[in-house]
Amino acid sequence: MTDATQVPGRKPDGAWAHLLHVLRENPVTMLSFGMFAFFLLQAVFGAMLVPHDPLATNATNALQPPNWTHWFGTDSLGRDVFSRVVVATRLDLTISVLAVAISFVIGSVLGAIAGYWGGWIDAVLNRILDTIMAFPLFVLAMGIVAALGNTIENIIYATALINIPFYARLVRAEVNIRREAGFALAARLSGNSHLCTLAFHIFPNALPPMMVQVSLNMGWAILNAAGLSFIGLGVRPPTPEWGIMVAEGANYIISGHWWVALFPGLWLMLAVFTFNLMGDGLRDIVDPRRRT
Amino acid sequence: MAGRVRAIGLRLAQTVPVIIGVIVISFILTRALPGDPAVYFAGAMADEQSIQQVRETLGLDKPLVAQFFLYVGDLLQGDLGRSISTGQPVLTDLAMRLPASLELTLSALVLSCIIAIPLGVLAAVRQGSWIDHLCRVLVTAGVSLPTFFTGILLVYVFYYLLGWAPSPLGRLDFIYFEPPRVTGFYLIDSLIAGDLETFAATLRQLALPTITLALFTLAPIARMTRAAMLQALSSDYIRTARAAGLSRGKILFGYGLRNALLPVVTTLGMVFSFVLGANVLVEKVFAWPGIGSYAVEALVASDYAAVQGFVLAMAFLFVTLNLIIDLSYALIDPRIGFDTK
Repeated sequence: MTDATQVPGRKPDGAWAHLLHVLRENPVTMLSFGMFAFFLLQAVFGAMLVPHDPLATNATNALQPPNWTHWFGTDSLGRDVFSRVVVATRLDLTISVLAVAISFVIGSVLGAIAGYWGGWIDAVLNRILDTIMAFPLFVLAMGIVAALGNTIENIIYATALINIPFYARLVRAEVNIRREAGFALAARLSGNSHLCTLAFHIFPNALPPMMVQVSLNMGWAILNAAGLSFIGLGVRPPTPEWGIMVAEGANYIISGHWWVALFPGLWLMLAVFTFNLMGDGLRDIVDPRRRT
Repeated sequence: MAGRVRAIGLRLAQTVPVIIGVIVISFILTRALPGDPAVYFAGAMADEQSIQQVRETLGLDKPLVAQFFLYVGDLLQGDLGRSISTGQPVLTDLAMRLPASLELTLSALVLSCIIAIPLGVLAAVRQGSWIDHLCRVLVTAGVSLPTFFTGILLVYVFYYLLGWAPSPLGRLDFIYFEPPRVTGFYLIDSLIAGDLETFAATLRQLALPTITLALFTLAPIARMTRAAMLQALSSDYIRTARAAGLSRGKILFGYGLRNALLPVVTTLGMVFSFVLGANVLVEKVFAWPGIGSYAVEALVASDYAAVQGFVLAMAFLFVTLNLIIDLSYALIDPRIGFDTK
């Protein structure tokens, strides 16, 4: 009988129970969280753990196929591909995390203002976003990096800018439908300012779909940054970065030295795959009906 | 009917600010490119005075706003400026190279539609079966593929290992002659000339880059087809059709797919934009002489008229395409009114 009194206190939190249920139902999502942890560990500890210096060249040891000392082989300058691939994780993840964070913040602010106050602000913002979306986004990013100068920061800004419309539109829609909702009016009536209502009562409702967008966007941001460095914009050699490494390896693939391009490309693909799977999984958790 | 005309007019009016915005952005972007074009044009032997002279003839000494109006004036006359690296007018360069990019883009879109639409339909019809899961995995894997990397992998497997594909250098192997130029599309031109051998050679050269791009576009199309098909199949008219005892094929394709195709067409517009971007990367991998590789060369040389022309051409292409899609959408489906905002 004593157990019965304790049950209400132990009742698992609804959200957690739902999360656990979804994870158990969908092992793929579980896998994606595991892979995410794997990449995170590489980004944090990779530079300390790799067996070779990613920048150390050794001409006598160039273009070795994978072997026990060089697990992923060596490139044309004799650098260890495995070390370079692992060390590059931090740079690639940093670029995409920062880019997504910037577009998240700017997109949220713009979208929330437009969705809440509407009117001409909304109209102007919509036209600006339309204009950005009118460019093939990768081409726009190319132009921005070329114009601002060839640095890593500019890759981040360019990637952030082309992602802003997605966030702004999402937040605008989510805020707009709740502008007149009962809880928002109640918050206003109990003396909250417009800003306060918007920021603490309406905006948090947009967060779940935003998280899905973030996860899907992360993959895209990585692809975008790697694509830019592949065509020679942004990150410069000899910095280890997946896009550049694939570009360097591309010159050797025709002569059959597959490992120089394969491994960085594989890592890039896995990272993007992880974020996309996670986005899908998060969508199932946030809104099971919206699965497509 | 009057409402529809008004709606179409509104939609057309909506593109005007976008086009103005596109021109402003591309102008600002290219003026910000590093390097002084006057120094470049004046040549290596130029002194301070002749550089100044070139600057004046190019209008680069005027304030930015004046430069912008000069630029718009030129633009209205179809003058995109002269490329520094090729010495040709940019418009000529783009017109020369655009068919190569379009041929690649369109064949990739056709190929991915042929695969993705049936796959999406099957996944929707047999929801939860292995084909649905396969579709989901393919879709997620497809959007995760860096196009430049898949391209390189395909070259390695089909050119280096198997030897099935020709060397990944351009649109046609050097032992063949270009077909006489009518449309600029080698596939069509070689057929017009009745030269089947060149046609086959073009096709072989086109295969790998097309597959690369198609793999990338497969995902959004399949995903959208599946979602649209699911929605169509759960609607009332399908239930009615089932109750009326229509055949399965008639229900699926006559009613379900026909209604599901509309959102798929809209997605195609978006996919087209992605492909135009991805084209740049794929063209670099396959040394394809399209406008993407032209832009990359121009960026490296900070050839701003060329970059500007490229960015503008891409944006115009995309705006026009979306306009056409929206308008045809309204003609196909009378229920659609435009968002008048």
